[in-house]
Amino acid sequence: MKAKIIITPKKAVLDPQGKTVQTALEHMGYLGVTGVHVGKYLEIDLAPGTDKGAAQKALDDAAHKFLSNPVIEDYRLEIVD
Amino acid sequence: MHFAVLQFPASNCDQDCVHAVRALGHTSDLVWHKNTSLGAADAVIIPGGFSYGDYLRCGAIARFSPVMQTVKQFADNGGLVLGICNGFQVLCEAHLLPGALIRNRDLQFHCEQVFLKTANFDTPFTSKTPRGKPLMIPIAHGEGCYFADAETLAKLQANRQILWQYCDAKGNLTESANPNGSVLNIAGIANERFNVAGLMPHPDRASEAILGSDDGKYIFESMVAALEQRRVGKAA
Repeated sequence: MKAKIIITPKKAVLDPQGKTVQTALEHMGYLGVTGVHVGKYLEIDLAPGTDKGAAQKALDDAAHKFLSNPVIEDYRLEIVD
Repeated sequence: MHFAVLQFPASNCDQDCVHAVRALGHTSDLVWHKNTSLGAADAVIIPGGFSYGDYLRCGAIARFSPVMQTVKQFADNGGLVLGICNGFQVLCEAHLLPGALIRNRDLQFHCEQVFLKTANFDTPFTSKTPRGKPLMIPIAHGEGCYFADAETLAKLQANRQILWQYCDAKGNLTESANPNGSVLNIAGIANERFNVAGLMPHPDRASEAILGSDDGKYIFESMVAALEQRRVGKAA
C-alpha cells in the first residue's frame, strides 16, 4: 500500500520556476501551453494491512502540518493498494 | 545580556551570530537542536544556513526539532527571538511569524549588499536605529521572496509589523531595490506582540566596521536595550 501526495504552488503565489519552464516550452515550439506549475510528488510506502481510512486521516494531517505549507501550497492525497 | 544561538545540522551562520553579539560586549552560547533547554538565555537567535539541508522546504524540518518546542514556549512567554535568513524561514514554518518565504523571483541565489528602510522604530528590534538612515546589510539567499495573502498583509500593515523593507541607498522603496520579489519590499517582520522578528538580510555579517558596514549592530543593540528596560521594569 502506498500514499501518493502531489503538492503544487497555490495559484496566487509567484511560481518563477513554472514560468521559466513554460517559457522554455514555448521556445522549443510546444504551442498552446497556457501555464506550468512546478510542484513536488511524494510516495510514501505503508505497511501491508494498514487501515486505509486511518492512513488517509493520519497522512492528511501530516500533509497539512508538515509535508505541505498551506500558506503557499495545495496538496492532493491518494492512497492506493 | 546572554544570547542563545541555535545550531541545526547545516546551520552555517551560527558562529557569525555568536561572534557578532560577543563583539558587542555580550555573551553567547550555541544550543544544539536536540537540546530542550536554552540555559540562561535572555534572547534567542536562530541563525542563517541550510538547516536539515533545506529538505522538503526551507525551515520545514527544523521547526519540529526539540529545541524549537522550547523556543516556542520561550516566545509564548514573551522572550525575544530573532530569526536571520534561514532563521526567518524557520520562524515562518513554525507559525511564530505569518507568511512564507519562497524562491527568489529570478530563481537566482543573491549574495550582495542591500539597503533596508526601517519601517517601525518603536519595537525591541529597531528602537536604537538612527532615524532616516537606510541600513546597509548583506543578503545571501535563494529563497527570500516574502509572500503572504492579502488579508495577512493588511494585518501586518495595520499593526505596523513590517519592520524592514528593501530600499535604495537614499531610502526609497523601489522595484529595482527589491532583490527577490518580496511583496511590499518586505525584508523583515515581527509578530503581533513584537517579541519575535525575522529578516532575510544578515545583521550578523554587518556588525563591525571591518566588515564594510556595522549597521547590523543597531538590531542587536535594540534587543539589548529592550532587555535592559525589562530588567529595570522587573526590579522596580
